[in-house]
Order: sequence, then C-alpha cells, then structure tokens
Amino acid sequence: MEWMDNALGRKIPAEIEGKTCVPFQGAFIDSGKGAPDAASPARTRRAIPLRQKPDKRVAGWDALFDRLDIRDGAKISFHHHLRNGDRIVNEVVARLAVRGVRDLTIVPTALFPVHDALLPYIREGVITKIDGSMNGAIGAACSRGEIRRTCVLRSHGGRQRAIQEGDIPIDVAFIAAPTADPYGNANGFFGPSACGPLGYAKPDSEHAGTVVLITDNLVPYPCAPWSIQGANVDYVLEVESIGDSSKIVSGTTRITRSPTQLRIAQLAARFIEATGLMTDGFSFQAGAGGISLAATVFLAERMRKAGVKASFAHGGATKVLVDLLEEGLLGSIVDLQSFDLDAVQSCARNARHIESDPYASYGPHSRGCVANMLDVALMGATEIDIDFNVNVVTHSDGTLLHGIGGHSDACSSAGCTIITVPSFRKRIPIIREKVTTVTCPGEVIDVLITERGVAINPKREDLLWKAKKAGLPCKEILQLMGEVQAITGVPAAPRFTDRPVALIEWRDGSVIDTVWQLATE
Amino acid sequence: MSGPQVLEAGFASKSDCLVRYAASEDAVSMAVQSSVQTLFGEAIRRSALEMLDSYGVATGRLDIEDDGALDLVIRARIEAVLRKAGFALQTGERRAAVRRPPTSRDRTRHTRLYVPGDQPHFALNAELFGADMLVFDLEDSVAGERKFEARILVRRLLENEFLFEKSEVAVRINVLRDECGKEDIDEIVAARPHVILLPKCESCSDVKILNRLLSLQEKERGIEGGSIYIAPIIETAKGALAATAIARASDRNVALCFGYEDFSRDIRARPAPETSAVQKKNTQTDALLAREMIVLAARSAGIQPLDSVFSDIEDTGGLTESCYQARALGFEGKAVIHPAQIEHVRRAFSPSREEVERAKAIVAAYEESLKEGGGAVAFDGQMIDVPLVDKAKRVIEESGRGA
Repeated sequence: MEWMDNALGRKIPAEIEGKTCVPFQGAFIDSGKGAPDAASPARTRRAIPLRQKPDKRVAGWDALFDRLDIRDGAKISFHHHLRNGDRIVNEVVARLAVRGVRDLTIVPTALFPVHDALLPYIREGVITKIDGSMNGAIGAACSRGEIRRTCVLRSHGGRQRAIQEGDIPIDVAFIAAPTADPYGNANGFFGPSACGPLGYAKPDSEHAGTVVLITDNLVPYPCAPWSIQGANVDYVLEVESIGDSSKIVSGTTRITRSPTQLRIAQLAARFIEATGLMTDGFSFQAGAGGISLAATVFLAERMRKAGVKASFAHGGATKVLVDLLEEGLLGSIVDLQSFDLDAVQSCARNARHIESDPYASYGPHSRGCVANMLDVALMGATEIDIDFNVNVVTHSDGTLLHGIGGHSDACSSAGCTIITVPSFRKRIPIIREKVTTVTCPGEVIDVLITERGVAINPKREDLLWKAKKAGLPCKEILQLMGEVQAITGVPAAPRFTDRPVALIEWRDGSVIDTVWQLATE
Repeated sequence: MSGPQVLEAGFASKSDCLVRYAASEDAVSMAVQSSVQTLFGEAIRRSALEMLDSYGVATGRLDIEDDGALDLVIRARIEAVLRKAGFALQTGERRAAVRRPPTSRDRTRHTRLYVPGDQPHFALNAELFGADMLVFDLEDSVAGERKFEARILVRRLLENEFLFEKSEVAVRINVLRDECGKEDIDEIVAARPHVILLPKCESCSDVKILNRLLSLQEKERGIEGGSIYIAPIIETAKGALAATAIARASDRNVALCFGYEDFSRDIRARPAPETSAVQKKNTQTDALLAREMIVLAARSAGIQPLDSVFSDIEDTGGLTESCYQARALGFEGKAVIHPAQIEHVRRAFSPSREEVERAKAIVAAYEESLKEGGGAVAFDGQMIDVPLVDKAKRVIEESGRGA
C-alpha cells in the first residue's frame, strides 16, 4: 500500500479500492474533488410522464424487495431522526440478509446503540462497508478490523456534498417517515413516531437511484407540510411501527447537575459576553449535550440582563431553546433535529422554528449555509491537541466510537468556534500533544474552555486580549496540558496495525486523517 | 472456616477502583482490570508493584478493578487493603514532604464546601468552584466500615500537590470520644491540613484533647507547633450551653461552627407540617437561641462564627434568604453541600456594590467632618458615629478582600 502525508502531516493511503485519495490541504482550500465529472456515477433521476395517478404503494416488505431487486454490492442509505428508537435500519438489513444479499454498503447519517444488532451481518459479510457514522459497538468492531472494506466518515455537510456530487451513488434510500401520504410526501411532526424535522433524509431523497418511504402513519394526500417531497419518492410502504417513540425524543430535557460541567458552561457564557460576541442580533449553535445546554441557559441569563436578543440559534433543538424563542430572546430556531417533545411541537407549529436540512445548514458547496451565519459555535471533542486540532471520532485508546455529526461544518463556518470540554475524563487527559485522529483542523478552532482554564488559539489575539481584560482564567494550551498531565499522568499510546479501517473526509471530500486497525494484545 | 479472607477497599465506580487482597501461601500475584487499560494499564501495574514492595508483601493475590482512578487513588486503595491485612510500611514509599502555603486565622470563610471523604470523584475538582474552605469529611458522609480507607484516601488527596493549591483545606474528623477520631488525627496530620473541624463538640475538654493530640503529632512529624487550627462544631444542646468555654478552649481555634440537623434532632424539635409557612420558609426557629449563643461565644473569643448548611440544593432563593438571616445574626459564613450553592452564599455574604458605595460615602463624610473639627455628622438622615464608621470601614475592607 502506498501512503502520503496531507497538509497536517497525517498519514493517508494514496488510494482505496482503486480510487485516488485527495489529501487535505486546508480548511478553505477546495480539493476540487466535487467538480462536475463526466464519469461521475451520479444518476439522473428521470421518470416517464404519466397521465393521472402513479401507484407508489407496495403491499408489504416482500413486495417491496421484489420490485427493488437489490443486488450484491448495493449502497443503501438511512437517516437517524428516529435515533435510538429506530426500527427500520435493522429490519431492512435483516430482510436483505434473508434474501441472500451480500456485500452491502450502508450509508446512514448516524447509528445508535439499537443498531448494534447489525454486528452479526457485519461479521457474515452482509454489510462490508459503512459510509457514515459508526458509534459504540459498531465503531469498536470497525477498529478491530471486523468490517471488511475501509469505511468513510463524513460530517453532515460532507455527506450531503458527497451525495450531491456523486461520490456516494446511493442505490436505494430507505426513509422512515412519521407521517406520509400515498404519494410519498412526508414529515416528521405528527404520528406515533414523531421526531420533528426530517431534513437529514433530504439529500438522499433527491439523489438516490430509488427512494422508498416507510411510514406508520399514512394520511390522505397531500401530507402537510412536506419535508420530503413525493415527487422524489418511488415507493411507499405502510408498516405497523417505524420506531419506539420513547427512544425517539425524550419527554423532558434536564440541565446537568455536574459541578464541573456547570463551571465550564458558566465560563463559556462569560467568555461570549466578555469578548463582545454577545451583541444584539448575534447567533449561536450550542447543541444538546450537558455543557452546551447549561451554557445556553447561562448565556440567556446574561442576554436578559444586558437586554440583548439573538437573531437565531442553529442545530439540534430542545425545550431550552423553545422557551427562549417564546420569551423573545431568540428570533428563530433553525432546527436539524428535535431532542424533546417541546421542540417537536414548536417546530410543527411555530413558523419561526425553521426546519432545516444538511444542504441549507451545512452544505460545503452551498452558496453560504446557515453555519456561515453563526457568530458563535460551542462544540465538544474527545481530544484536542496543542495545535488546536480536534478529534471527535476516536477515543484516546484508538477505538472508533462516534460520528462527526455537524462538528466540522459548524466549527469551520462560525465566526468564533469554542470547544467546551472537561480537561480530563476519568483519568484520561483531553489535551494531547497530538490527537489520535484529526477530524477538524486547528486553524478553525479559536478557543478551548475547560474547568481548569481557557486556552485561546494564538491566531486570535483579539479574543485573548479581551478575555484577559475580563479576568477569565486564560492559559496557554501547553501550560494547560502540563497541569492536567501532572494530575492524570501521561497516557501510553495505543498500538495500531497499518491497515486503514476508516478514512476521515474533510467537508470537500479530501482525506484529513486515517483510522487504523488496533493491534491485538 | 471458609476460604481465605478477602480484604476490600474502594468502589468499582467512575474515577475510583476496587482493590482486593486475598492472603495465601503462594507467591504474590496480581490482576489488573481497567476501563483505561490501553492508556494506563502499565502505569497501574507499576504502582501496584511498588506498593507491594513498600509493604513487603511476598504472598497472596491482589486484584484491581479500575474505572479511571488517578494514581493517588489507586495507591490509597492498595495501601488500605494491605494495612487491613496487617502489612506495615517497610521500605518507605518515597513521598515528598507536603508543602502547603499557610493559612491565616482571620481569612475569609464565607463558604466551606463539604467533600465526602471516600468518593474521589467528588474531590478531584473540588477546588475549582471557588469555596473559601474545602472540608474533607470523614464523619457523617463515610459509613463505619469505610472510615479506615477514607482517612487514607483523604491523606493522599491532601498530600498531592496539584489538586488543592489555593484553598484552605480542612478535615472533619470523627468524634474524639471513640477511637475513630483519634485514628483520624494520627493519619491526617501528615498531610498538613490547615484546619481540623471537630464535630459534636460539647465541652472545652473536647477541644483540649484535640489540641493535645495535634501537638503530639506536630512534634512527631516536625511540624511547627500550633500551626494546625481547630474549628469546633456545635450541634447538641450541651455544646450550645458550653459554647463560651469551647470558643476559648484553645489558641488554635479560628472559628466556631453550627450544625443544624444534629442540633435539631438532639433537642427533639418537631418540624412543622410540610405545608406550613414556617416549614416552607425554613426559618429554623428551634435553633435561634443556639445560633445567637454561638455568635456571642465566637465574637467574644475573637473567632469567626460560621453557620450550618442549607440542605435543599434546588431552592436557591431559600438559600439566599437563609444566608441573609445568618448574616443578620452575626455569622460570617455558611457550609455548602453542593458547589452550585457557593456563588449564592458568597454573594449574600459579600457586601453589594451599593453597600460598598454607601460605606465609602459614610467614611468620606466622617473624615470631612473631622477635618472641619466637627464631631458627629448626619448622613442620609442618620447620625454618623464611631461604631458606624468602623462598620463601614469593615465593609470596604471586606469588599477589597473579595476582589
């Protein structure tokens, strides 16, 4: 196998499965990978004009698969709006396995613990590649080399671009829809499996060879609103249940009680105000993690006191954001996925709670996406290094355990990107000399906030000066790393083989890093 | 008799480890299981070997089940099982002498955060939340059978030089009437805590016994005599009545604390029904006299009176109210049981900007009148006299300290 170094000095394969890898050159240097290419396998989707009503409904799973004729080596895609309550991914793969199909590539927007049920199919060779996020047990299996081909991890924006530009020619997109009509118009707002927005499935619905809509809440035409357009849908299948509603959205969203997380959140809110980012009409993305939610609450307190209103918040939505929208502290919510019932209902009813999709929110080759309009992004990390490179996919022991989500897209598009993390988890220090895997280059990371201090990228002297003046506990990242390692000790490095089990694609399709198979003990 | 006795210390939970030692005739063996195996498996093994060597352990089996405990925690747990098994330190595990910046008698003690003594997870970041004093608790938050390993853990936590660099550190020991409290002192003085909190203190002789134990330990360990302070906690009727004598019992005394829950139980106060306004406002009327006595005793002895905890973590409004009430009675601070309470308590006890401004204006008006040769002047319709000026000066001084 031939190797090369990319601009960050990370070792990547020269080619995978006969396709040349384009090395990452910089966050804002387009590799040109997505340029229109005559040989691109992106198919043109065309149907013959009909008079009157095409019949898209199929009687059951078997009838569906008879018509689809999925062959060995096919690429099939899924979305993750039903999260850990999803029943469709496992069902489809199990049925294809029974029909003897092998060598599938699955292209999910994310996987959850419920999808650990796919492991036997991975071991049997029914699934031989995953183009998308790998979490928990599946990530660990990938790290051990159990997935036969080299997988690819992309951000939400990167995935959308890859689909649009033909990097991933999806044969069949399976779209679980909480509400749909017989024509395939669908939304996620109503029905027993309501999940809120359905945008992650939109690129698949527009570019896959064949689009299947699966619903447990069939309504008369026309389904309103239509987040997924029936014009893109080939088949509609009605089933008993697409998901377990108790695991799709939570009833309530709780704010963390962890003193350490609260301290980090408090520092983040102070930082945003002190550095002048919190001005009237500003915008932010914070996510629904423990620290992010608390930071949102603390930021809102400061906004109230200072009489400042934000124009919008972007990303996943929760009751916390919905309350701010209704209070008038937020002009809008631009929502990609709703995490609790309040957010689902708000997105369904409130015109200022906008349902978004990966192209509009994160599209790398869009003419400006929502993330570009962000003043502040508060994001997490599993590791960050002294050059501010961030890792969100592997743990320090080398195991692949998370997907990228919108991390790379928001980090590289927002005006100020802040990583909020505890300085160590259990005994594992978060600041490293070099991260195990780079998913986001340090050039787009402005600030690191931990409970033990704030480290500002030397590129952002403007922020440093303001933060110091406000009395924030600023430290150089090297000093912070030293302090933490004095407490935890320096961890040993994991051992890898030279087999790449997954590539990390930057938003433009270039390869920013490689995930290696773990060496066995 | 069943099989060999297995001794245990620690918990198999986050940031901790469960260590077991089983005595046997066989050459010593060891098994390490860890959630951070790849990163720290070797380091854990090395530490364990060093500990076995230090305690001259040649036989038996050591099992470590780790979930990301820091090295000092792992060593504390191993030390606990080995000492339980009857081993004593042989070669002397190399430990640097504890260098702790000294505290001062009258430093600000608005907030003292209680940290359970046998749960490392809570202790590691305790300093970061801005409490004036950290109290590592060996008493009520530690179950009887865990006391032995808890005092070893607290000693090792305080011996490390990275975690608690800025705070005043205190240890609440067990009552001295049984052996447990004395064993706490034997173990903990080596780690040079700034202050020992003496619970359920009922007479001046309780303080004197502690004073003597501390003097012996200081001498033995080459620590400057009298450098470890005492803060007696009054939490019984007997203690309240002896407050004056307790406060004056030792030069080591820097504060007199109140413990409400135990006091209320001791005097057999029966709480009002939960629906009543008295209960809702949490006015602690049963303790009013005792609290006033503690303030008087402390002030007359020139030490700080410090109030009890407010136990409802969610009720921040109630917490602030109870701080204002304590402040009005003369207390200088309150205990906190969750870091989230610290900010509220500090804010309540620190003078507000308006108070500082007003104090400055009073001092200025007074000095102006002195210059002009006049005596008392009026400010805001109030006569300014010397006590009022002194009070204003204290407010200004206090605000300077908080900054």
